[in-house]
Amino acid sequence: MSLLEVSSLKKYFPIRTGLLRRTTGHVYAVDDISFSLEQGKTLGLVGESGCGKSTAARVVLRLLTATDGQVVFDGQDVMQASRGAMQRLRRDMQIIFQDPYSSLNPRMRVRDIVSEPLLNHQIGTEAERKRRAFELLETVGLSAEHGERYPHEFSGGQRQRIGIARALALNPRLIICDEPVSALDVSIRAQVINLLEDLQDEFGLTYLFIAHDLSVVKHISDRVAVMYLGKIVEVAGSDVLYDYPQHPYTEALLSAVPIPDPETERARRRIILEGDVPSPAKPPTGCVFHPRCPRFRPDPCARAMPPLQSTGGDAGANHLVACYFPTRYEEAPG
Amino acid sequence: MSDQKPRDAVSQQADVAGGERVGRKPLGLWADTWRRLRRNKLAVAGLCIITVFMAVGLTQEVASLAGTYLAPHDPNAVNYELSPDGYGSSPSWSHPFGTDYLGRDIFSRTLVATRISLLVGVIAVSIALAIGLTLGPVAGYYGRWVDSVIMRLADIFFAYPYILFVLLLLTVLGPGFVNVFIAIGLLSWAQYARINRGSVLSVKAMEYIEAARAQGANDVRIIFRHVLPNTMAPVYVAVAMGVGGAIVTEAALSFLGIGIQPPDASWGKMIADYLPYLQGGRWWMEVFPSAALTLTVFGFISFGNGLRDATDPRLKE
Amino acid sequence: MAERLLEVRDLSTHFFTHAGVVRAVNGVSFTLDRGETLGIVGESGSGKTVAALSLMRLVPDPPGKVVAGDILLKSKDLSRLNEEEIRQVRGNDIAMIFQDPMTSLNPVFKVGDQIVEAIRLHQNKGKKEAWRQAAELLAKVGIPDAEHRVDQYPHEFSGGMRQRAMIAMAISCNPDVLIADEPTTALDVTIQAQIIEVVREMQQQYHSGVILITHDLGVVAEMSDKIMVMYGGRTVEYGSVDEIFYDPHHPYTWGLLSSLPRLDLVEKTRLTPIKGNPPDLLLLPLGCPFSGRCPYERSECRDNWPTGEMVGMSHGVHCWIPAEERKNIRSKLPRFRRRVA
Repeated sequence: MSLLEVSSLKKYFPIRTGLLRRTTGHVYAVDDISFSLEQGKTLGLVGESGCGKSTAARVVLRLLTATDGQVVFDGQDVMQASRGAMQRLRRDMQIIFQDPYSSLNPRMRVRDIVSEPLLNHQIGTEAERKRRAFELLETVGLSAEHGERYPHEFSGGQRQRIGIARALALNPRLIICDEPVSALDVSIRAQVINLLEDLQDEFGLTYLFIAHDLSVVKHISDRVAVMYLGKIVEVAGSDVLYDYPQHPYTEALLSAVPIPDPETERARRRIILEGDVPSPAKPPTGCVFHPRCPRFRPDPCARAMPPLQSTGGDAGANHLVACYFPTRYEEAPG
Repeated sequence: MSDQKPRDAVSQQADVAGGERVGRKPLGLWADTWRRLRRNKLAVAGLCIITVFMAVGLTQEVASLAGTYLAPHDPNAVNYELSPDGYGSSPSWSHPFGTDYLGRDIFSRTLVATRISLLVGVIAVSIALAIGLTLGPVAGYYGRWVDSVIMRLADIFFAYPYILFVLLLLTVLGPGFVNVFIAIGLLSWAQYARINRGSVLSVKAMEYIEAARAQGANDVRIIFRHVLPNTMAPVYVAVAMGVGGAIVTEAALSFLGIGIQPPDASWGKMIADYLPYLQGGRWWMEVFPSAALTLTVFGFISFGNGLRDATDPRLKE
Repeated sequence: MAERLLEVRDLSTHFFTHAGVVRAVNGVSFTLDRGETLGIVGESGSGKTVAALSLMRLVPDPPGKVVAGDILLKSKDLSRLNEEEIRQVRGNDIAMIFQDPMTSLNPVFKVGDQIVEAIRLHQNKGKKEAWRQAAELLAKVGIPDAEHRVDQYPHEFSGGMRQRAMIAMAISCNPDVLIADEPTTALDVTIQAQIIEVVREMQQQYHSGVILITHDLGVVAEMSDKIMVMYGGRTVEYGSVDEIFYDPHHPYTWGLLSSLPRLDLVEKTRLTPIKGNPPDLLLLPLGCPFSGRCPYERSECRDNWPTGEMVGMSHGVHCWIPAEERKNIRSKLPRFRRRVA
């Protein structure tokens, strides 16, 4: 049963220039993406800057209004929900942010930060909220006495834990993790990743995990979707994606990730892409990746964006790719 | 070390997070500012002046409400003996600031007039803040046309000649003690709104604002609980300067005759009344109230400057 | 036999703040030969960036001060030079590439201007010649259409291109030592790969020594010949890249390597984090800064800094646990069950 079903989601930002602020163009941040997320699972969303993953997350939560498309959470249409319905939905969908330094109000005590979601939904009395806040702090590995302090008294990793405690306050079912460990020290990342995994087991959470660090995403996700310039170019189970990537961008991405193992690094064959990522305000016609693609052929690549679909056969219905010339493997699992 | 999942996520996490002690408690946000402020001699002097000013003004106001005064002599007591030729008497031991042309003790008058300046500072700035700190965050938070409208309104208030504006308002409100203060306040909200809006724009981009929206907080809560408290630092500086400004404005208005009316005395009124006597060499009447005014305003401005320097994170020490 | 470019002995840089003394770098020593790449690995508070800045006396003074140590650049002691002399060295003999290409280039000057400035500061070249050289350098670092790009402003360059421009600026005077401080952290992974290539090529062409400062163990595995692991201002372990990755001897190094999620391995086991938090630099213990977080800590660790112990030809470690016992502990760690020297 899909907890979250996203169909043909689009988010375009108008570019307004000139004295009269005319709309002269658009930033095609999210351009027709579709995916689904099953209860209790983790979907990783990877891509480089400008690919639209963070924007997509915010549109799913309706922190931004979609330009087009549909988001269905637990059978309910998120885009069309009324204010009251949306308030109720917000209890089920929460988000953890990237920057531990700007995601907490510096002028609020930690216990108030963590219990604020309850306040906003008028849940419980003051005393009950306080108790719940302490409970949440302990769940993430901090102690009740930490609740009296202010954010600046904590380290980055601890602040991130506070952010996680806040996200858990309303007992959500879906948590969107927007680069939750990118801003943390390497030795602290593992702590937070483990915490997220433990919480998922304990509370049956579903995660949409957004990151640019492929190693982290591979570790925590069940399935991974690769985004490029507003489109999803490949979706597969996380092990399958690494071992049998079909899209040339995925291959390049994987080969670019430095691996902390000198022998492996020395033996590696690197695919280095030419040029820079084009601007999402001026996406290429046809396949968005074609200007940098080593497999490019003018026809059909420059004509139309290939649809995201399974190559069928051995690859199985679970491995989708948007390419006219995907890599085929003989022994790929289903 | 085993690879098994822990029995209980909570205890495992507590062990890993090193949760017993947060660590040495670093200095609070204000402690650091205070430390920097202390080093600035001028600012400290200003703070002393402000403290003295407020103490005197407060006691005078309390006394006035009780119907009395707290000075060596009755400020309104006319005494022709002390002003034999109608030009008052110069400073002496019993009258350290001398007496004016009606024989009234200038020291007592100056002292009692302090309350006027305090009142104008408090009332005018409070009104200005109430307006400015509502419109400023609203403009900054909503942006676009709301921002444009409010900021253009602020521009008008900035551009329009101040005194004329006050005159206009006073014709509407009628003359009167408190109306002067209200007028000053109503017309000076723009600076607070503008300063605050600047900070609001940068706070708006912070992730904790987004977090509040994701939790379901409504706009009012976000603006007043999350945005406003984090944009106050430059406002405090503006308030310090603003009080000084309000005091000067009142003095100017009274000097021009449209402010405080007799028998109430403010420093500005005194400065106006005693000006002619300067020509005759009777300097004490003019000098002492002027000094009081100058010193007080100087105190506010020095403190304001010092506060601004102390809260500027980029200023190297 | 490669020429020794840099020899740093017992470098200590402290910051004297109102809250106390921050011993950012504490008795750090290393060498760098021509053609070699030294990777300095550490997290926040490790002192790696301050150490690099100390080489060129770029540490803000006050509140920072290099309180001890010799910095020998080809036998010339940099710590004894006066302001004028050290400015000659900066950019010319030692050059630095910074982390954030957005803020390291001045937005109001053309990119060409900034490179030309670097050139003309150290070489006696006329304007025309310097501009030509600037364009050549941009082409060398792989910027297409360099002739026109040299006249553009930084905001017209993408992140990756700006970093290339910074590299061009750094190599413009053919420095002996190139310090790269987290050169790829702010970049996307595919651009990162490009930049690493550029640095490698430039190193080969100019025969410079490179000091690579990073927290990314993947990048360091790819680029370095030898590694120095720093924690809390001290060097806890140093050695060749293979020695550090395949025969690590310090508990912090074990912790780091065990806590990384790996792209290339199939196991989906739980990560083994290092417990606790990065050190508070104002409260560093007299002994090992890792005490308090070390799972194998002993009574002497907190108050006594362990003397250096050689465990290989060029492999040293500072740890009180005896070598045999260390090997024993390590062999039981899941990460090292497969590969141990």
